[in-house]
Amino acid sequence: MTSKLSSILAATKAEGRAALIGYLPAGFPTVDGGIRAANALIEGGCDVVEVGLPHSDPVLDGPTIQTADDIALRGGVRIKDVLRTVQEVAGTHPAAAVLVMTYWNPVDQYGIARFAADLAAAGGAGVILPDLPVEESAQWRAAAAEHGLDTVFVVAPSSKDPRLAEVTAAGSGFVYAAAVMGVTGSRAQVGELAEDLVARTRAVTELPVCVGLGVSTGAQAAQVAGFADGVIVGSAFVQRILDAGADEAAGLAAVRALAGELAKGVRARLN
Amino acid sequence: MSENLTGPQVPDARGYFGAYGGRFIPEALIAAVEQVAEEYEKAKHDPAFTAELDLLLKDYTGRPSALTDVHRFSAEAGGARVLLKREDLNHTGSHKINNVLGQALLTRRMGKTRIIAETGAGQHGVATATACALFGFDCTIYMGEVDTERQALNVARMRMLGAEVVAVKSGSRTLKDAINEAFRDWVANVDSTHYLFGTVAGPHPFPAMVRDFHRVIGVEARQQVLERTGRLPDAVVACVGGGSNAMGIFHEFIPDAGVRLIGCEPAGEGLETERHGATLTKGTPGVLHGMRTYVLQDEDGQTVESHSISAGLDYPGIGPEHAWLKDTGRAEYRAVTDDDAMQALRLLSRTEGIIPAIESAHALAGALVLGRELGPDATILVNLSGRGDKDMHTAAEYFGLYDDAAQGEKR
Repeated sequence: MTSKLSSILAATKAEGRAALIGYLPAGFPTVDGGIRAANALIEGGCDVVEVGLPHSDPVLDGPTIQTADDIALRGGVRIKDVLRTVQEVAGTHPAAAVLVMTYWNPVDQYGIARFAADLAAAGGAGVILPDLPVEESAQWRAAAAEHGLDTVFVVAPSSKDPRLAEVTAAGSGFVYAAAVMGVTGSRAQVGELAEDLVARTRAVTELPVCVGLGVSTGAQAAQVAGFADGVIVGSAFVQRILDAGADEAAGLAAVRALAGELAKGVRARLN
Repeated sequence: MSENLTGPQVPDARGYFGAYGGRFIPEALIAAVEQVAEEYEKAKHDPAFTAELDLLLKDYTGRPSALTDVHRFSAEAGGARVLLKREDLNHTGSHKINNVLGQALLTRRMGKTRIIAETGAGQHGVATATACALFGFDCTIYMGEVDTERQALNVARMRMLGAEVVAVKSGSRTLKDAINEAFRDWVANVDSTHYLFGTVAGPHPFPAMVRDFHRVIGVEARQQVLERTGRLPDAVVACVGGGSNAMGIFHEFIPDAGVRLIGCEPAGEGLETERHGATLTKGTPGVLHGMRTYVLQDEDGQTVESHSISAGLDYPGIGPEHAWLKDTGRAEYRAVTDDDAMQALRLLSRTEGIIPAIESAHALAGALVLGRELGPDATILVNLSGRGDKDMHTAAEYFGLYDDAAQGEKR
């Protein structure tokens, strides 16, 4: 059976463009505000939304996302709130795919089978677990497969070719290519390593390859769309909401506008 | 080949001690961690490597460290004979230098030129900065902002040695967050940089490798106790934060079934409060900092902040081998309050003229209780993992040792 994520990426490819994938943590700035923000991403033009499950020790995230995670956790966000966020967003926008991105321990503590079942029941399409390497992932992948969830694995510029083959063989939906060696956060330039990584990844898998880490503008999105199947943007959205402070309407307008700019970018396909 | 680097064959090939250990890290770090594992595997069987390390341990660190009978202190421990393994006499004042010199040699073998490290109390940071000065590496030390305040002297020592000290302002602003920040640095700079992990925790191979570099403590101590007393000790006691000094002294005794191994972790203001760092007593299995181990966490898997009067023990995780030793029953773990540790610190100072680190004072407090349980025929080996110079400010405030004039001048 073709997964929702695979269908969406096939459809964007058929349109001759890259997919736009946006990230925001659940519970940020509040649970309901986070739901509205995730909806705004889709309304602005995102094809896929990653809902972050905030974690106390986000070692792969830079200061922007860590700040948002802290706000969400101090606000008391719980896993059930994350699942409700997925449910509301997936219910409102059935054409989009909603993923959960988080670190392994929250899923492990919630219960592997229980998390897979509850995420699927909420309408989630899959997960990205950046600190769960392929070697440790067998139990999760079995549970995910049972519930029709995709497991998206991350590859990095430091991944050697045999490793790329191993990682991509275990994953589904798409491959998350980390454009730079570093943590999440906007950067002036998307790493030069990204294009090479995408080419090396494509050589070993049929899965779509989407690029994240550092993209924040329409021009960068267009540049990445020239060589990748999808463009992933997180910190730039989070920053818009941080900048808006207590003015939720302004924050929503800003993320919607940025999603629109990026959506144009992924259709421009420089190169 | 050095006897100090090889022991019983745990962990397994995937870095597991029973159910604990493993490798839970971002893909970007996999290649770096594999490089460390491969290089360490080669190094520990390379006579040139082990010879150079042995020479450094002897001529630079001052090993073997002494074994000291503490008769007046023993009188307070139910008359049991207490022997101290004097890691406080090592260069830089703690056991930490053993591991740092080993990993510094490894860094040079890997062709890297920069070292980063995390530190709580600063013992590991000072040891790392020392080795970087010795080897000519660039050095950045991550330290929680709270810890830079309570360990200001060690911050100054690190800077004197040429290290950059970064005060980490995220999260609980203690050791846990310093580790997070060091991981972030490593992801971004892995080509040039080795993360010199300071305890028997983190992703495989760090728990086993750091233990191996500290095995020398137990290897020496076992032989010294046999020579001194003609038999093995009844118990070996060590403090446990991440657990490196404890693993170092425990490991050689693991096959000696008659020797009790007792780790003392921080009960802080009491196990009935939320202000403690008793990971093995109150934690549950989970994943933190690249390993599966016991973690102080809530039911959503969010790490709970730990507390100890000792910055060096203030950590909500624990090395995975300790988790395994706990579950198998080979080692016992007890929790010692801030107050009991401070009383033991003062007692050793006044009865023996040795001011221990607050970390080590947790082990001393554990030995006092254990000695009363075991009675005067028992011999208890305590790992005195560090000296108390760095903790004098905390101790002086705790016991009111500053006179008013000095207090006024200081403020």
